[in-house]
This record gives sequence, structure tokens and C-alpha cells, in this order.
Amino acid sequence: MNALKALVRKDLILYFSNKRALAITLAAPILIAAFFGSVMGGPPKKPSRVPVAVVDLDGSEVSKGIVAAMAADTSFDLKPTTEPEAIELVRQGKVRAAAVIPPGFGDGASRALFRPNVKKPEIVVHYDPSQAIALAMIKGLLAQHVMATVGKSAFSGASGMRALESARKELNESKAVDEASRKDLQKLFDAVESLQARTAAVEKSAAGKSEAKTSAPGFTMPFETRAAEVTGNANSKYNGYAHSFAGMGVQFVLFMGIEIGVGILLMRRMGLWKRMRAAPVSRTLLLGSRIVSGTLIATMLMAGIYAAGIAFFGVRIEGSVVGFVAIAIAFAILTSTFGLLIAALGKTPEATRGLAVLATLLLVMLGGAWVPAFIFPEWLQTVTLFTPTRWAVDGLEAMTWRGQGIDAAYAPVAAMLAFSAVFALIAIQRFDWEE
Amino acid sequence: MLQARDLWKSYGKKAAVSGVSLDVNAGEIVGLLGPNGAGKSTTVAMLCGLTIPDTGTVTVGGVPVGDDGSLVKRRIGLVPQDISLYEDYAAIANLELFGALYGLEGAALKDRARAALELVGLSDRARDKPQSFSGGMKRRLNIACALVHDPDVLLLDEPTAGVDPQSRNAIFENLELLRSRGKALLYTTHYMEEAERLCDRVVIMDHGVVAASDRKEALLDLLPPEKRTKTVVRDASLEDVFLHLTGRQLRD
Ligand SMILES: Nc1ncnc2c1ncn2[C@@H]1O[C@H](COP(=O)(O)OP(=O)(O)OP(=O)(O)O)[C@@H](O)[C@H]1O
Ligand SMILES: [Mg+2]
Repeated sequence: MNALKALVRKDLILYFSNKRALAITLAAPILIAAFFGSVMGGPPKKPSRVPVAVVDLDGSEVSKGIVAAMAADTSFDLKPTTEPEAIELVRQGKVRAAAVIPPGFGDGASRALFRPNVKKPEIVVHYDPSQAIALAMIKGLLAQHVMATVGKSAFSGASGMRALESARKELNESKAVDEASRKDLQKLFDAVESLQARTAAVEKSAAGKSEAKTSAPGFTMPFETRAAEVTGNANSKYNGYAHSFAGMGVQFVLFMGIEIGVGILLMRRMGLWKRMRAAPVSRTLLLGSRIVSGTLIATMLMAGIYAAGIAFFGVRIEGSVVGFVAIAIAFAILTSTFGLLIAALGKTPEATRGLAVLATLLLVMLGGAWVPAFIFPEWLQTVTLFTPTRWAVDGLEAMTWRGQGIDAAYAPVAAMLAFSAVFALIAIQRFDWEE
Repeated sequence: MLQARDLWKSYGKKAAVSGVSLDVNAGEIVGLLGPNGAGKSTTVAMLCGLTIPDTGTVTVGGVPVGDDGSLVKRRIGLVPQDISLYEDYAAIANLELFGALYGLEGAALKDRARAALELVGLSDRARDKPQSFSGGMKRRLNIACALVHDPDVLLLDEPTAGVDPQSRNAIFENLELLRSRGKALLYTTHYMEEAERLCDRVVIMDHGVVAASDRKEALLDLLPPEKRTKTVVRDASLEDVFLHLTGRQLRD
């Protein structure tokens, strides 16, 4: 016990006495995290409106209604314009997409509502291929506004009456419909017609009053969406810094782990390792003291890095503080066992350092420390679950901006401890004690 | 005190030590001589439980020396051939670390560390780091680290390599003091005059085996008359005997 204390003390004093190295170890992740954080979203902010151009070639009541409804939607930053200009705007990347409402859209759409087998009018959406995600969103929002506007006009407006007239005519001439169905459909048309007449009368008497229009019956989307950002609690918001500090913290603390491993190799070269082994201490104690001191150093570095993130960059532990501490400690254990693994597999300190830095950068990249793992392709997201860094970054993010509870800390902690156990086992197995 | 019986050790196919036996009694300095690669360091490593012999036994006071955490190792002090110090760690801190590894603690640890530093004449440099020391000072501190836990057996593997005559003399006086206190010392060296001055008995090794082992005076009798060159004081030196036994061919 006394020997363990002396060994750990020695490691800590030697590490922290090198003030310049320590300053660099702390400053590097903080500076780089500050850069990445500001590039990748910075502090919390409102989602931006999607810039979209719209071209109304129809000019009907229906198409005007659609444009008005889209203009009122907070999801869009709508730009009514001409078709050539709209396409040019998309090309320049100034708008994500441009919707072109064709001539005769109002009549055509109302007719298509009652008669599924006529040709439907087309709204062409020109889009920026680099913004394919925006296309799906714009299609969805178009569907909502077109359905509402067309539905309403079918039951009230002039185009609705015309559409009903022609539908009725077609029904009477059709031979494909049997007598009973024809009667039922005629009853439906009668009902719609009397509804249209009543609405027209109400509109006339209430001309100028705004509520008249809104009270007009019609089909509408049976739901609305309200954009609510999904973070742990209602007040917390995604913070680019919370991600970058997790990523860079993991990266640079692992670099410190490499130094632990290289330090052991250097010790071995200087004969110090042999000298220690001549003392009445077990191998487990010698390696164990390294794990303890490495874990303490890594924990302190992590604390320092996050202290800067919290003090200057608005990083907050929105989730479980206990979970955060547990994850940080598990990661620190991972770091020190990683260092031992390097010492066990490495030969010369110089060659080992280069290789270990490469391996660490790969691990860190795959772990989502540079760019968040959720933008990885599906298969890569699955594969990277086998990298310990992924668990570290995900865990730290879960406890910070995602604001998740202690429950979300169990899996990352367990995964990192499992990796640590494997690393330590391999290290003890492969460690060259004789040399 | 220290007893080694029939030690064997090979690295892969290469035999480093083949059947070495030796004894070091309390109050005695035994010299271990041999050309480069003779197997001296390997023998010392086996004596202190650092390397496990392929076969053979080492005992201290009758108790077998194990490896790892074996408590008998507390009775052995090792001065390794390479200087083994934490260069960035204060001299006194190095001593306290090694003391703690050998089971010392608290006030006893502090006292012993100070005493060891005093013995090698480095008290005024206690807080300084070995990286600021001269080669001779590092050697002395290297020896002090082996003494801090006051071992009964002291194994010194070329402790005076690169040391000036002044430091060497100081080291010798320290070792003679330890002998007078009843410690058992094994002294490995390439310098015959060191062995001649210091050692009561000498073991000469070559190619992993003991070529001769006897009192200094008895060893001189091994030399055939025609090889005796010194006529003034004595008709042979230990160096003559050494070269006679191990040849003049360069090693390693
Ligand atoms: N770890 C090792 N691996 C392989 N061979 C070794 C190892 N240690 C020693 N040897 C070999 O064992 C033989 C004895 O080496 P040892 O270091 O014991 O010699 P020595 O007498 O101490 O030499 P020197 O006077 O140069 O210190 C040498 O041939 C050496 O090459
Ligand atoms: Mg040697």
C-alpha cells in the first residue's frame, strides 16, 4: 500500500512538475475545441428559416392562397419570383429549392380532388442536390399548404363549383358506374353543392370581415407540426462547444495516455524498470500504480478542459452530474490502460509514439470526436460502436447538452470499463518483463 | 549469508550462465570478475530475484529468494550496472521512493533516506535533481538508493564505471564501512586494482561458468611461474591471473 502510494506520488509529481508540457496539454484541446465549436454551431440558437423561392404562374385564387399560406409559415423564408430567376437562385445556393406552380393549377387541383383518375397538375420543385434533406422538408410543407388551400376552395370557391359541375357531368355519362353508386355519388355532390351555396351567401353578407374566410369548410391536414428541439430538458439547447469539448478532451487525454506508454518504454530503456523490479513489489503493483496515476492525471486533465468549457464557452452539464463524473473516470481508466497496452505492444519509444498517435487519431475520428457520429452513414455508426472513443464522446455528450439522466451513463461506463479490462489483460499478457 | 547453487540461464538458444555457484558471507566483500558478456550481470540479476533462473536456487540467510513481491528481497540491495534514477525527481525523493518500495515508511523512511544521502556525501544536494548531477554524483546516488533500506546483502554491478579517483575512493570507504558492519557484499568490476584493494575473495567468470573462486592470495598461486611478471613487491598481480584464466581475446 505504501509502495503503491509512493509510486503514484512519483508519477503525479513528475507529470505535473513539467509545467510547460502541462500547459500545452491543456491549451491545445481548449483552443481546438473553441475553433471546432464555433464552426459547428457555437452556442445555442434558433433554427434558421429555410430559404425557398416560389413562382406562381397560375395567379388563381387557389395558387395565391398557397403562396400566402407558405409566406405565413415560419419554416420558410419565402421569395416569390420568376421561374428563370428562381432556378438561378437555386444554382447559386441562395435558396434551397424553388417551387413552380403551373398555369391552371387551381382548377386542375380542385378537379383532381373529386376525380382521382384525371391527370393531376404538377408543381415542379427545383432543388439543390447538395441540400437533399431540404427537399423532403419542402415537399412535406407544400403538401400541407396545397391540401388546405385546395380543399377549402373545393367546398367554397368558384373553381370548386366548376370542378363539381364537370364531375357531375362525367358521372352521368359514365357507363362504368352502377346505378346504386351513381345515386350515392349524386347525393354527395348535391350536399357539397348546397354547402358551396351556403358558404357563398355567408361570404357575401360578411364581406370584409376576416373571419368569413377562415370559417369556410374544407379538407385540411388533420394535424400540424410544431418544431420542438429535442434536448434533455426544455431549457437546454444544442451547443457546438459541448460537442467539440467532448471530442477534443477525449483526443488530447488519449495523447497523454500515449505518453504514459512511451514513458514506460523509456523507463525500460534506461534500466529503471528493471531496477524497480528488483524491489519486493509485484508486477501487478508496478503496472497497477501506472493505471492509478494515469487515471488520476487523465481525470484532472478532463476536469481542467471541461472547467474551461464551462467557464468560457457555455458548456453545461444539463444531465446527470454523477453520470458525467462516472463517464469521465471510466474514460480516464480507459486512457491509462490504453497507455499500458501501448507499452506492452511497442518496441522502441520513438516508433511506438508515431504509431500510437496514428492509431489514436483514427480511434478519435471514428469515435465522432471531430464530426459528430450521427452524421456518419448507418453502417459506420454501427461499426464505430466497437471503438471505445465512440462511447466516451457519446457519453460525455449525453451528460452535457443532451441532458440525459444517469441511466444513459451506464452503457458508456460499462463499455469503457470492458475495453479497459481487455486492454489491461492484453497488456499484462504481452508485457515484456524480461528485457 | 548469500548462497547461490548451480544457476543456469539461457536467452533463447544462447546460454548466458551455465551452472554458477557462489557464496558471500556476512562481513565479506566478494569480487565478481569476468570479461564482457561473461554472464556477471545475468548472475547478479538472478541473485536479487530480478531474473528467474532456469534451474538453481538462491537463498539469503537460508530463505529462498523468490520473484515479484517476495519479502526476502527486502534484505537485498542492488546497485545496477546502468544508472537507474528518476532524473527529474529530487535526489531525496528518489531515495524515499526506493525506500518505500522496500517497505519503509513514515519517519523511518525519512531518516534512512537522509542517512543514505549523507553516506555518499550528497546531503547538500538533497533537493536537486539528478539531471543536474555529474556522472560521479549520479553513481553515488545510484549506490545510496540500494542502501536506503539497510540491506544485509549488497550486490554492486560495476558501481564505479566512469567515476573519478576521488569519488571512487569515497565509495570504497563506504563499502569498507558496510563490511565492518557485517554486510555481505558482491562487487562486480573490470578493474583488477579495485578487486585487489577491496575484495576478500574473488570469483572469476567466463563464458557463463566460474573459472576460479578463491581468496586473492590463493588465486595468485594459480599462475604458472613463467607468466609471473611482477618482481618488486609481489611476483604477480591479479590482472595477470585474470588474463591467464580468460585469455587476451576481445569480447562482445
Ligand atoms: N535480455 C537478454 N536477452 C538476450 N541475451 C542476453 C540478455 N541479457 C544478457 N544476454 C546475453 O547473455 C550474456 C551475458 O550477459 P551479461 O550482461 O550477464 O554479461 P556481463 O558479464 O555482465 O557483461 P558486461 O561486463 O559487458 O556487463 C551475453 O552474451 C549477453 O549477450
Ligand atoms: Mg554486466
